[in-house]
Amino acid sequence: MLASLAFWAFSGVAILSALMVVIARNPVRSVLFLILAFFSAAGLFVLLGAEFLAMLLIVVYVGAVAVLFLFVVMMLDVDFTELKQGFLEYAPLGAIVALILAIELAMIGLTWRASEQAEALRAAVMPDGVSNIEALGVILYDDYVYFFQASGLVLLVAMIGAIVLTLRHKPHVKRQSVSAQVGRRREDAVELVDVKPGQGIGE
Amino acid sequence: MTADMLSQEISLLLPEILLAGGAMVLLMLGVFMEGERATRLVYTLSILALIGAALLALFGTGGEGTAFGGAFVFDPLAKFSKVAIALVAALTLTLALPYLDKEKLLKIEYPILAILAATGMGMMVSANDLISMYMGIELQSLALYVLAAFNRDSLRASEAGLKYFVLGALSSGLLLYGASLVYGFTGATGFEEIAQAVAAGPTVGLTFGLVFVICGLAFKVSAAPFHMWTPDVYEGAPTPVTAFFATAPKFAAIVLLARILVEPFGGMIDQWRDVVWMIAALSMGVGAFGALTQTNIKRLLAYSSISNMGYALVAIASGSQTGLWALLVFMSLYMVGVVGAFGAVLSMRTKEGMVENISDLAGLAQRNPGLGWSITALMFSIGGLPFMVGFFGKFFVIYSAVQADLIILSVLAVLFSVVSAAYYLRVVKVMWFDSSDIEFVPSAMSIYWVTRMAGLATVLLLPVLGWLVYRAFSVGLATF
Repeated sequence: MLASLAFWAFSGVAILSALMVVIARNPVRSVLFLILAFFSAAGLFVLLGAEFLAMLLIVVYVGAVAVLFLFVVMMLDVDFTELKQGFLEYAPLGAIVALILAIELAMIGLTWRASEQAEALRAAVMPDGVSNIEALGVILYDDYVYFFQASGLVLLVAMIGAIVLTLRHKPHVKRQSVSAQVGRRREDAVELVDVKPGQGIGE
Repeated sequence: MTADMLSQEISLLLPEILLAGGAMVLLMLGVFMEGERATRLVYTLSILALIGAALLALFGTGGEGTAFGGAFVFDPLAKFSKVAIALVAALTLTLALPYLDKEKLLKIEYPILAILAATGMGMMVSANDLISMYMGIELQSLALYVLAAFNRDSLRASEAGLKYFVLGALSSGLLLYGASLVYGFTGATGFEEIAQAVAAGPTVGLTFGLVFVICGLAFKVSAAPFHMWTPDVYEGAPTPVTAFFATAPKFAAIVLLARILVEPFGGMIDQWRDVVWMIAALSMGVGAFGALTQTNIKRLLAYSSISNMGYALVAIASGSQTGLWALLVFMSLYMVGVVGAFGAVLSMRTKEGMVENISDLAGLAQRNPGLGWSITALMFSIGGLPFMVGFFGKFFVIYSAVQADLIILSVLAVLFSVVSAAYYLRVVKVMWFDSSDIEFVPSAMSIYWVTRMAGLATVLLLPVLGWLVYRAFSVGLATF
């Protein structure tokens, strides 16, 4: 009873906030609603018994992705009212596309036939006798260790590529050198000059 | 998984582990030991790492078998391909060093990206699962995109890199879509399980997915109608990078395509043969006619590679052991010819810098007979004129097609070969019978020797070829 109440609450909030992401006038509010949607989805994961995925969703999506969005939205001066101009002009075309998509989705939904294993998997979300993290770890680092390492290599190549294509060592940039600053002595920096009145230092 | 099993599985991966580990060690070495001498050391060690990987693939692995739940397979096909890929990558690296030196592009990242790309190619030819196939492809293409744009101050190189990246990403999308359909309709990503599902009876959805996978891979081997990027990328990228593009990645992708079509989808040959037939015929045609009007030798070689990929696909279309054998022989001989041809392009340096037009070769044969003869032999061999080794490469391909009753395709292959001979012969004609006063500066040692040796190899490899044929018919085709 309580679980189903929580389910309705989380899914209701998720759907409502997702709707608000699209229709909110202020883009910062859109991002904040997006974060709310992520939180609700994380709650749904907890209800499913996948607490590790819920944590990941909050850490990765809320902690990193959504905050990045927030920065982008606030840093880039995008005029959303301008972007939304001509909305009515394109509305009929958009409606047709949406209708076609809806029909296609309905066709898939009506003809979809889940495989026999899918039902069994749905009945037992968690493998018996192991925790979530253990089950994920076995898949990631044992069964799929080859793919995992290969993706690591792909990321390494991406990093090398980004550096080699963009890093430039400019020769005339002044950088702070702490050792030079600390090692500076009075004799190197200060010079006593006997200035005659009315003449200045010259040079 | 016990420790014994693990070490057994890891021993199959030794060439890849050497390359990937070597890349990381060399990266650290290059970063912490600054200076030009360190950079040269990294180049030398990279070439040694590639040769070491070839030797490991030949002798060092613990026999044949699959590893990681069937995701990785080491069999004679993978073994032969890995040796060929590592050696040709080492050769193109030796070609690259003097060029990068002169163009002020000498950076440690070049050889490191090249050996990481070679790692990806090794994973591609050993792929026995849709995921490992995709991982291998992405590893090698990502490294190649960066290499294409390596000369980042050149507008054309940046354009080449961007074009290659965008179209490569598109082709990866096609490939992934196809792979997801195959997974959806078979319920498995492993090639063995897919083969079982195919044997149970091909469905329309499975054919649909397979066509997308073929299209994605056709992009990677630059077969028509997915060839549009090739001339621009070949022309824009630095010449040693182009030499690399034209050889090892093509070999890896074509072997991967052959493995997918023959192993998991062997039961659907009636479905895919028409697709491969069409792509092969189109590539040969586009390659033959597109090259006729080219004036830039790198663009000419780009069209030449499109047409040669068409011949490789003819061998795959035959779908037999003979076809696979012919494919490997053809591709190896083609790579020898192309490495030599790019060595020749790299020797085209005047006092002002590199030149790339065919007309710049005018009168070369009189001034520099050694280079002239080498280019002549290489052009004859790539063009498949008798009796260079390239002729026999094409001969075996067409032989396998005739055996598989692909008569129309064989006739087309011969006709397009005659058309394409025109532009190979044009290069030779310009070199021997035209005159100009363009003087090339003497080329660096490695370029000199690679070009001369490749030129000689077009004739000297004939006895090796004869021995291969003898062995193929006396011992059997499957044994390499």
